[in-house]
Amino acid sequence: MTNGRGFSFQRLWAIVVKEFIQMRRDRLTFAMMIGIPLIQLILFSFAINTDPKHLSAAVLLADRGPQGRALLSALKNSSYFQFVRQVQTESEAHDALARGEVQFLINIPESFTRDLLRGDRPTLLVEADATDPGATGGPLGALPSIINAALLNDAKGVLDYLATADGPIDLRVHAKYNPEAITQYTIVPGLLGVVLTMTMVMITSLAITRERESGTMENLLSMPTRPLEVMIGKIVPYILVGYIQMALILAVSHYMFHVPMLGNIFLMMCVTLVFIAASLAVGVTFSTLAQNQRQAMQMTMFFFLPSILLSGFMFPFRGMPEWAQAIGEILPLTHFLRLVRGILLKGNGLEDVIRQLWQIALFGVVVLIIAVLRYRKTLD
Amino acid sequence: MTEEFAIDVRGMTKRFGKHTAVDHVDLQVRKGEICGFLGPNGSGKTTFIRMLCGLLRADEGSGQCLGHDVIKDSETIKREVGYMTQKFSFWEDLTIEENLDFVARMYSLKNRRETVRQSLDRLGLTARKTQLAGQLSGGWKQRLALAACLIHEPQLLLLDEPTAGVDPKARRDFWKEINELAGQGLTFLIATHYMDEAERCHRLAFIENSKLLTHGTVAEVIAQSHLTTWAADGADLLQLAGQLQGRPGVEQVVPFGNTLHVSGPDQAALEQAIAPFRTPQYNWKQVPSGLEDVFIHLMEKPGETVSR
Repeated sequence: MTNGRGFSFQRLWAIVVKEFIQMRRDRLTFAMMIGIPLIQLILFSFAINTDPKHLSAAVLLADRGPQGRALLSALKNSSYFQFVRQVQTESEAHDALARGEVQFLINIPESFTRDLLRGDRPTLLVEADATDPGATGGPLGALPSIINAALLNDAKGVLDYLATADGPIDLRVHAKYNPEAITQYTIVPGLLGVVLTMTMVMITSLAITRERESGTMENLLSMPTRPLEVMIGKIVPYILVGYIQMALILAVSHYMFHVPMLGNIFLMMCVTLVFIAASLAVGVTFSTLAQNQRQAMQMTMFFFLPSILLSGFMFPFRGMPEWAQAIGEILPLTHFLRLVRGILLKGNGLEDVIRQLWQIALFGVVVLIIAVLRYRKTLD
Repeated sequence: MTEEFAIDVRGMTKRFGKHTAVDHVDLQVRKGEICGFLGPNGSGKTTFIRMLCGLLRADEGSGQCLGHDVIKDSETIKREVGYMTQKFSFWEDLTIEENLDFVARMYSLKNRRETVRQSLDRLGLTARKTQLAGQLSGGWKQRLALAACLIHEPQLLLLDEPTAGVDPKARRDFWKEINELAGQGLTFLIATHYMDEAERCHRLAFIENSKLLTHGTVAEVIAQSHLTTWAADGADLLQLAGQLQGRPGVEQVVPFGNTLHVSGPDQAALEQAIAPFRTPQYNWKQVPSGLEDVFIHLMEKPGETVSR
């Protein structure tokens, strides 16, 4: 006979069994226990690549000789670069770089072949968008050896004289927008997007779920108020919170980390508003799906994890495989990061901004439609 | 005629998927009346109340509530009705005063500050107005909820089990308040499980399994049940109870402290059933059937509607 005072394995087992039953009943927690490790495994092992290859580049090819083309094919074969377009003028090239359509611009001057053969060490200008130094660092570092190998392969024999100590050409690299490759310039403005995603999605989903969980939503709806008033009324304070976060992060990044602010601050505020709205829409949608605050929290994590990993915040966006980039393109954070870096570091204007902004707006509208459809159902 | 009724609805029906939560319920409550709404858990009381105050849309039904069409004018009805939810549903992280002020704003009241002050005064909440609602005891929470429901001066109050978990003293104060308000012409529909509270109502409605079983004053409801009750006292009541249970004509055998109540719907059959036990050992007498006996009687005969 057990007297019930000592350690009882029977009771211990009873608690273990009860825990398992509850775990099985709560499907979302179960999905999270299985889902989060799976997502992380897949993302970290297949999607994330800290040495990105196939980065988009534009060529301004003025040289008609064989050496210029030899150089291009060598760059292509190195697999670091993918030539997505051939531009005709310098201004067209710089536009593409400013909009983020290409990350590199390779400028082969008119008399490249002739000067090379003469031993005059022609200039090869490579401009890189260094707003994300993590992405451009690898290719730029590999550049001299790729070029030397390409040109000196041909240089055996008659062209031996080119193999000088200085190298056959004069390579000039311009790391634009962030010439010193300061990572803070990339990370700190990026954090604005990450912080806003986290707080906006989490706070709204929690605030609305809490109201339902504690029964106060029923009370609220028995008063003469419309669901739309309740929704908007609950969201407005968080828009203000979002702006305070933005002001705080921008002030710290400017005064403490000396992150440049080339663009228009008012434009920045407009862009942030659209992003906040899209994030709040996600929060509201989660609140219509979640049964309680814990589930709302878990859903936030499900959204936050891919956002942070696939948006280009932590790892170079162009370094990811196409499927991962496709998912990343859906996420508002991806576009917001490009916008923040574009406005702050490149001084992008309204025209450049619209190209990314509509994608955030579209995401927000689609999510909001889901929220409204779901919300009607939960009322009755 | 409709003028004298605060609630006059017919055929109110609400379905959730395949389940019919409220099945063609008719209810009439006169102005200034306190109507007790009885029925077991899950019988459809809360759903019916939610339909009346416009939280749920009725699938079927017609009638008026405070002179407004119960289906079409639910927004107007919302303004003139106070609804107290089963669970305390005010904001626990707001103070008493902030809660009342919020409610006053929701109903767009003029002289909001003055109204809130009066409301605090009337229910004796002034001294506690800066206390957080979450820190209040059950009785005070219920006072706050009542004050909040009354702040927009509704004509009709729908209270869903307002006194669950409240101590007897607070319950008595609460009913005193309700009687005073009814005297001023307010109409009440109060869902409750307490028989003593049901006995304080002018009129009762029993709902069971989504259907209205009976409706009337306390005396009418008891009379309609045609229930006869005999009480016995003496030694070994437990043994007696065991012997009576299940005999034809005996429906309920319920010990009440030192007496045993035996009831059945057929007086002759019941008397025949207890006849063998009318020995000197026990002291038998016929007593009026209690509301609880009637309530149990109704619950145990599902589907049988007692005519009004």
